[in-house]
Amino acid sequence: MKKSVFLGALTVAGLAAGAAAAGTMDDVKARGTLNCGVTTGLVGFAAPDSNGEWNGFDVAVCRAVAAAVLGDASAVEFVPTTGKTRFTALASGEIDMLARNTTWTFSRDVDLKFEFVGVNYYDGQGFMIPKELGVSSAKELDGATVCIQTGTTTELNLADFFRSNNISYEPVPIETNAEAQQQYLAGACDVYTTDASGLAATRATFENPGDHVLLPEIISKEPLGPLVRHGDNEWGDVVRWTLNALISAEELGVTSTNIDEMAAGTDNPEINRLLGTEGTLGEMLGLDAEWAMRAIKTNGNYGEIFAKNIGEDTPIGLARGLNAQWTDGGLLYSPPFR
Amino acid sequence: MEEHLSVSFVRTEPLPQLPPPATEQGIVKWLRENLFSGWLNTLLTVLSLIFIYKLASDTLPWLLNGIWNTDSLAECREILDGTTGACFSVLTDRWNQLLFGFKYPSEQYWRPTLAFVLLIVAAAPVLFFDLPRKMLIFTGLYPFIAFYLIWGGTIWTPIFALLGFVVGYVVYSRLVRNSFATAFFSGIAAALVSWWLGGFLTDLLASETPALEAVQSRDMGGFMLNMILGTVCVSLSLPIGIVLALGRQSDMPIIKWICVVFIEFIRGVPLITLLFVANVVLAYFLPPGTSFDLILRVIIMITMFASAYIAEVIRGGLAALPKGQYEAADSLGLDYAQAMRLIILPQALKISIPGIVNVSVGLFKDTTLVSVISMFDLVGMIRGPILASTDWNGVYWELFLFASLLFFVVCYSISQYSQWLERRLQTDHR
Repeated sequence: MKKSVFLGALTVAGLAAGAAAAGTMDDVKARGTLNCGVTTGLVGFAAPDSNGEWNGFDVAVCRAVAAAVLGDASAVEFVPTTGKTRFTALASGEIDMLARNTTWTFSRDVDLKFEFVGVNYYDGQGFMIPKELGVSSAKELDGATVCIQTGTTTELNLADFFRSNNISYEPVPIETNAEAQQQYLAGACDVYTTDASGLAATRATFENPGDHVLLPEIISKEPLGPLVRHGDNEWGDVVRWTLNALISAEELGVTSTNIDEMAAGTDNPEINRLLGTEGTLGEMLGLDAEWAMRAIKTNGNYGEIFAKNIGEDTPIGLARGLNAQWTDGGLLYSPPFR
Repeated sequence: MEEHLSVSFVRTEPLPQLPPPATEQGIVKWLRENLFSGWLNTLLTVLSLIFIYKLASDTLPWLLNGIWNTDSLAECREILDGTTGACFSVLTDRWNQLLFGFKYPSEQYWRPTLAFVLLIVAAAPVLFFDLPRKMLIFTGLYPFIAFYLIWGGTIWTPIFALLGFVVGYVVYSRLVRNSFATAFFSGIAAALVSWWLGGFLTDLLASETPALEAVQSRDMGGFMLNMILGTVCVSLSLPIGIVLALGRQSDMPIIKWICVVFIEFIRGVPLITLLFVANVVLAYFLPPGTSFDLILRVIIMITMFASAYIAEVIRGGLAALPKGQYEAADSLGLDYAQAMRLIILPQALKISIPGIVNVSVGLFKDTTLVSVISMFDLVGMIRGPILASTDWNGVYWELFLFASLLFFVVCYSISQYSQWLERRLQTDHR
């Protein structure tokens, strides 16, 4: 039998694994859009509205960076990532930055080779419990059944907290936040624990939010912030200082409404440096002088973004708390623009 | 007159037929025989009725009292004001996102809709072979039309893709008399060359403003994505599965090994793992900057997965044929291709229909797994954007009920079709 063997011309792509191209900023400028990794959906932080437009607290950071670098806040390609795919998407270069309520931890920073450029939300793990149980402190939860998302840091924090207080609990493992809401409402567990912002957002969707209380204890530190790849410091600087510009703008009283006025020149030299009427800060970053002005104009300063997406006037209703400016007793403290 | 009295009465015409007793006819008989034919059955009937009543009294008010015209969950709950009722307004508010995803341009919704209607036309001659055979021409053209409609962009891409197939087929049919293998591989080479040339020409010919606005794969979503994945993967995996099943039965060791290793490997790996490979790991192996379409990657993985299963189903059909059928084909002097095409496969495929349909239905439902790799199919849309919006966080039953309804309609139609097909192909005497 006649057999012909054909070797197909296989174009095997070289195993250029994860060769993170230097010069992300050049890539972004050449492409004309910023690829920004966000969550597939978290109330208040990132979700598309009924017109398909992404909105939210994390999304605002992406838009500010796009406005600073490309001059167009809508030039963002939002790449939805799950908790499982987010780090590979960033490491493989599919996205330029990740703004997806990601906790800044030692191992993610050092071992996974990422660079957290700052913190845009200080979160912490809390407890939610039906009011009728009459519990006022997490230390009274001895013997409680606790709904907990598996495979997260919250699971470990919970075990630590109960052990150090020498009380017992029974975990009810669940997969997603949506499932947790149902389980908790159906009474499968007495307590639901996750990040405090998530608890507040969850409670806001209940039919009777007043029947449930958040306990005062916050048992972990969860600083959430945007991150970029290790090794491209120029790009890391751009994202870091865009975030700082939003924070500084609030501290200095620059808002989206008065920014045009202030851009004409003020008596405060720091505002002038921030908005590019004085000094050459933009040039040092490799951008033009008005980069920060565009970033702030997009969605306003940090305070405006907070109020619009997750603040007390929204259904989520988070108080500023730790996320107030340092001048108001919070932790937000941007290095000076000098 | 009087003498008549002594004569006993003789009836001259038959009595009119009386209706059967009330207990032996109509609904009463049916009830007696089917529901109350003994104390045990009576008890079970009563219990079932109580159960149905409970179920209906819980769900019907919720269903019938549904609210259809609010903009957010809070508003809907305000209108309901504590009474039981569903907030179906999430469906009226977000139906377009559930069907088409949140990024498909809304003024272009007619395109996937038209593609779906044409799908029915294209599938009809394949599914119902009483229809005129000429309709198959349209079926052959359909993939290119559908691609153009859904993805848009320049019309030259699908035209050159089609031309490549035509060129490949022409070359194949010219050479097939001499040797099947030469013709087959020359056909593939010719098609590749013409696609390569077509790529250049497409760049030259593509106008700046195509008639149909181009839509990125990333922007596909909703039930449309499930339909695309399901249709493409089922129709691709069937021929590949047949080839694999035949290869596994082949006498040629290398071909046999390749098929066995492929089938066993794919069947030994969960689909979700393959999807993760498609989404995450491939990005490491491709050179930076290459964008290999995500939908295409997922289609390849799901097709591989489904064809391994279909291959095993068809192998079952092949094994069920009596050996005499193979020998009969040989004794007629048919070569391998003819024997398979004319005698073996028609019978083997008929036996395999229930299995193939089973795999197809399962595969169609498995397309929802892509929500795990952050693609927004129907379930991904529900779990991600819609439940994460401030307006609709907290609506579960209404959304998942809608999703189940859509999937049920499609899967039930497939299963009904397969039953019709089995009856239609029944040639034995029972």
